[in-house]
Amino acid sequence: MAADLSVAIGSLTLPNPLIAASGCFGYGLEYDQVVDLSLLGGIVSKGLFMNERQGHPPPRIVETPAGMINAIGLQGIGVHRFVKEKLPLLRERGARTFVNVCGTTLDEYVEVCKVLSDAEGIAAIELNISCPNIKEGGIQFGCSLHGTFDVVSAVRKATTLPVIPKLTPNVTDVASFAKAAEDAGADAVSLVNTFLAMAIDVETRRPKISNVLGGLSGPAIRPIAVRMVWECYQLVKIPVIGMGGITDARDVLEFMLAGATAVQIGTQNFVDPFMWTKVLAGLEDYMTRHQVARLSDLIGAFDPTPPKATHA
Amino acid sequence: MPPIDIDATVIANARLSSEYSVLSLAAPEVGARTLPGQFVMVKPAGVTDPLLRRPFSVFEVLRDARGTITGVSILNKRAGRSTRRLYDLEVGDVVSCLGPLGQPFKPVSAPVKAWMVAGGVGLAPFATLAEALAQHKTATTLFYGARTAEELFYLDFFERLGVKLVLTTENGARGEKGRVTVPLEAALKALGSADAAMVYACGPEPMLEAVAKLAAAYHQPSQVSVERVMGCGLGGCYSCVVPVKHGTEEANLVRSCISGPVFDGAELVWD
Repeated sequence: MAADLSVAIGSLTLPNPLIAASGCFGYGLEYDQVVDLSLLGGIVSKGLFMNERQGHPPPRIVETPAGMINAIGLQGIGVHRFVKEKLPLLRERGARTFVNVCGTTLDEYVEVCKVLSDAEGIAAIELNISCPNIKEGGIQFGCSLHGTFDVVSAVRKATTLPVIPKLTPNVTDVASFAKAAEDAGADAVSLVNTFLAMAIDVETRRPKISNVLGGLSGPAIRPIAVRMVWECYQLVKIPVIGMGGITDARDVLEFMLAGATAVQIGTQNFVDPFMWTKVLAGLEDYMTRHQVARLSDLIGAFDPTPPKATHA
Repeated sequence: MPPIDIDATVIANARLSSEYSVLSLAAPEVGARTLPGQFVMVKPAGVTDPLLRRPFSVFEVLRDARGTITGVSILNKRAGRSTRRLYDLEVGDVVSCLGPLGQPFKPVSAPVKAWMVAGGVGLAPFATLAEALAQHKTATTLFYGARTAEELFYLDFFERLGVKLVLTTENGARGEKGRVTVPLEAALKALGSADAAMVYACGPEPMLEAVAKLAAAYHQPSQVSVERVMGCGLGGCYSCVVPVKHGTEEANLVRSCISGPVFDGAELVWD
């Protein structure tokens, strides 16, 4: 019997839990030659505002221990060009497309979502209320419980597409934000966005990236992200989509055991763009070894019994 | 054609100096597809430090005695952690290598002359370009500037291909003393009104700017290979953008990994 890797996020069923994370996969089509987009559970577009944006001047990234700091600044083509130029091609390729929606105001979030609601071939909206790299909008909503509730409520009324707020880890208690999103009608939450970070060139005493501050991603953040997913899983009933430093099948399983229904893979696309089929094979191998018929049975199946103090 | 991602064994790591080495990789599939000016993303395999690969112009497409392509080499200069690790690699070590990537140089043919302008490690893309130009029987000159005479590498290689060498060093120990743009400007000035040259450039950013502006001032086209901090090499991360201006349009930040690294020098916007 073929392994069942499918997972459900509200009304949405994905053939497997692997989703390409926003900002790490272009508009998907950049990776067309590298991976069959229909093999992925889904892809999340780069963050889109109503209009085009140029983003920050380079240098925009710097590598750090087992990770990287980025401040791209949400360079993007705007929602209209996305719908016209990218979406038809993504549809042709059978990609399940999540669109990452940004806004500088509550109205902009609503308007962008309305444009997307009229388009064909969108699986869900991921609300970006957590980008650490732009001054206006976004994070202002994501760092306030009221702001989170208000923007999710407004978008909820504007679209019938599944709404998935992407949460920032740069708060004291991320689970309370997941709860605010749930109360406002979110279909799921995704977390974590990047950790606010900075790096200094000690020779020049200047910042290593032009924006000074940026977001830390990569394997370095994974244990913190796993902890945050577990906290959210315990507090909310809606599905949690986990991410943060996933590199292989074991990392995916770690997030799922902590309560993630699906996962997103971001930085690893830069490290190994051909990783997707390897991760899928690794999940099937685990299911065989552990006699798991349905991968979704592992969601939250974490056993908190303390480990033995010595090697077996 | 999709790029190839392989774990390539180090065939040789020839230290040219205490800073420069030529790292040769067993990557025949990558070598077979590489066009002059394209690049590979490289790091030691199986490690998280460095996590990301770094972009390098393909220096040579390697061949065995029969002429069969066996791999590629890169010209590596120790500058940071990642390049230090690459400098220290030994034969038999394994490197993860993605490529070939990016837009290549466009070779020109007679009557247009080819002028390649290299600064330091910017020599890297010109070995393969010189081979392509030799096949086109194009009259080719290499303007090559380095800090010292000891850092002028592979001169025999270019001479064997019939490339005319114009050398500069900072102290004048070999070739002219000073910047490589000085003899380039003299050559541009000496061009007859019926003559045409394509100026190719790779090197430090101030040199690229000077070369592109000189070429434009003397009404000659240029192709410039830029270097930016790069995350993925595939267009996914938007780290490596450069401002580019087509005609009268406003400048746009475009990804040097997929729209470059080679750009029309007249379209690049300098800070």
